[in-house]
Amino acid sequence: MKPARAARRVAIIGNPNTGKTSVFNALTGLAQKVGNYPGVTVEKKIGLLAPGIELVDLPGMYSLAAHSPDELLAARVLLGEHDGEPRPDLVLVVADAANLQRNLYLTTQVIEIGLPAILVLNMIDAAERRGISVNTRALSRILGVPVIPTVAHRRLGIAELRAAIHDSVGSPPPRPSWTLPEAIVRERDALASRFGANAYILMRALIDEGGPVEQFLASRMDGDLRDALAEARARIRVSGRSPAAEEAEARHRWIAGALETTVRREERRKSLSERIDNVLVHRVLGLPIFMLVMSGGFISIFMWAVPFMDLITGAFGFLGELARRLFAGTPLQGGALESLIADGALAGVGGVMVFLPQIVFLFFFIALLDDCGYMARAAFLMDRIFRAVGLSGMSFIPMLSSFACAVPGILATRTIGNARDRIATILIAPFMSCSARIPVYSLMIAAFIPARMIGGVLPLQGLVFGAMYFVGIFAAIPAALVLRRTLLRGPGSTYLMELPPYKIPSPRSVGIRIIDRSRTFVRQAGTIIFAMSIIVWALGYFPRPPEIGRAHEALRAEARLSLDGEARETRLREIDREEAGAYMRNSVLGRAGRLLEPAVKPLGWDWKIGMATIASFPAREVIVSTLSIIYDLGKDAEDRREKEALIGKLSAARWPDGSPVFTIPVAVSVMVFFALCCQCGATLAVIKRETNSWRWTALSFGYMTAIAYIGALVVYRAGTALLA
Amino acid sequence: MRLNECRPGQIGTIVGTVGNGPLVQRLMEMGVIAGARIRVVRLAPLGDPMEVELHGYRLSIRKAEAGVVEVSI
Repeated sequence: MKPARAARRVAIIGNPNTGKTSVFNALTGLAQKVGNYPGVTVEKKIGLLAPGIELVDLPGMYSLAAHSPDELLAARVLLGEHDGEPRPDLVLVVADAANLQRNLYLTTQVIEIGLPAILVLNMIDAAERRGISVNTRALSRILGVPVIPTVAHRRLGIAELRAAIHDSVGSPPPRPSWTLPEAIVRERDALASRFGANAYILMRALIDEGGPVEQFLASRMDGDLRDALAEARARIRVSGRSPAAEEAEARHRWIAGALETTVRREERRKSLSERIDNVLVHRVLGLPIFMLVMSGGFISIFMWAVPFMDLITGAFGFLGELARRLFAGTPLQGGALESLIADGALAGVGGVMVFLPQIVFLFFFIALLDDCGYMARAAFLMDRIFRAVGLSGMSFIPMLSSFACAVPGILATRTIGNARDRIATILIAPFMSCSARIPVYSLMIAAFIPARMIGGVLPLQGLVFGAMYFVGIFAAIPAALVLRRTLLRGPGSTYLMELPPYKIPSPRSVGIRIIDRSRTFVRQAGTIIFAMSIIVWALGYFPRPPEIGRAHEALRAEARLSLDGEARETRLREIDREEAGAYMRNSVLGRAGRLLEPAVKPLGWDWKIGMATIASFPAREVIVSTLSIIYDLGKDAEDRREKEALIGKLSAARWPDGSPVFTIPVAVSVMVFFALCCQCGATLAVIKRETNSWRWTALSFGYMTAIAYIGALVVYRAGTALLA
Repeated sequence: MRLNECRPGQIGTIVGTVGNGPLVQRLMEMGVIAGARIRVVRLAPLGDPMEVELHGYRLSIRKAEAGVVEVSI
């Protein structure tokens, strides 16, 4: 890539629900790079608009008035004051053509920043259908910037937009024809000459009282900025209105005047969108329809994903086998390198890829519902429930995603504007039972929960499976309540959300979103799961005491002498598995498991379960394969016959006094522990990245492990007492 | 009267907002300013939040927060 300085840079900004992403996609295609802005956790997307012209995406927002880090960042990027970010040469403001009174608010703010700008009137077709016609030439004259009508998801107007971009890059900035209230301008200029900072930033600090701009400036500037701001605000308030009200009213008044001469509306009868809403958020039908959509969607995700997951598991099993065959007959056969490749690297990559089908289907489901407008209604329907635990309807999508995987769930919290709500959501999202827990549940249930019907109709095994999901939800409720009253104490959650009109989802934008999000998942979760798999492999592989190898070599020699044919092969395989088990019991991991036994014994666990729990740190489902190895079964418990063998071995496991290790209470205790713990390297890595704090990361792991331990202890004790 | 006291279907004109702070500023930025027409479309099935229409778009807002908006019917 060319160095950033040589390239021209165009920024794109707009209200939420204006199709900003569609415009971005139409201009750049799939040539996009996603990352973070330096120093902050605000997502940065860059695409190539034309050779030598980069398009950089700014977060969706209603105003540059900084209430959140997103808005502060946008203002600083546009002013060229964000370290490491070149100032854009041009800014595109995307607006919903049907909704100009609100959209021009941000537009006028951006124009004042002093960069060449273009107003993109997107979804012009929908506006026309609603009887709204815009005189773009007149609007362009009043605003002082080019105005280009588009229908981005159908690529209409994109060629004109490209041409306008080429014409506007490097042109002089527009000169606004409107003026801000005199009192604000006066105070702003006085502050600018006194403190020597950028006048625009100082104006935002003046108006957005107590917001991040004020905090940002106060932390960087000597002198009594805060006092000066307070005095300036007091002088403005003499008029009876706050600086914020002065700005908002002046802008809206000017916009209303501008629209009067440029926009014509005909009254149309009830729109289709309104009629759809009369059903989908109906007083009585709304919630049942919602439950149906969500449960139907989720059941389909899990069902559709199964064949793909089997395929991936099979493919990686085959690759592992292939690797072993390549080593066969070479001096490296059975050595550390073979094991690293087959059991470490390939198993690690397979462990990531196996989740991909579910993740892809989940993103498809969410992108579809979001693009058509239903997700905003879901938040509207759920807000009352989430408010009861100190969150808002905005937390609904992250929670829903977390049932597939907490990683995309946590990434989805970026849309939550309120910082406390967002962190609370991140901290409780891993309680939702993700798909990595399913293998743990299904093994324990198949092995120890009797396949009985309760009252002749309800399958006990299914009930226990469902109960595991509720365990997580019921733990999340008090956790959220306590967090919002202690570490995240403050004003209640906030909820203010636009309900955009319904539209037919665009296959292109849904497709791009799935690819984009899946890439992020593989990169973020993938690298961590892979790295942890290698580490855990090494801990379970080394050291390898030569006595174990010699003892099993002797057994093999004996078998070769005394047996032949089928019986010999069977015996040799058995010895191989026993040897693998013996090595693992003697590995660092095995020793750690024994060291940990006093800690897990109160839960009814033996050291092998403790060890398998540590080994499952990269991904929870690893507990199944670790238990297989440690019980001398080889590692492919995915196979049904092997799984039955594992179930048999687990049932036969005994404490030294002869009593069985696995009883129903122990099995339930293992399941409850896994339902509640944050035993997942990828989740913790994403929490660290998104909160930018080790403190929250450590807290997540600590408090969830504590709750998981207590939960497992309680069910084990209660279960044992009940059965005694 | 206050916006949270309006019933679904009622149409009014915004008189102003009470208090200041980020919520009030955000409402004003989104067009909740004196003189604008506002219609209560519906309440969510659980009774809260409420859906309103103004400047041709739909906004959902909690009743508690709608209490800062003064309207005249």
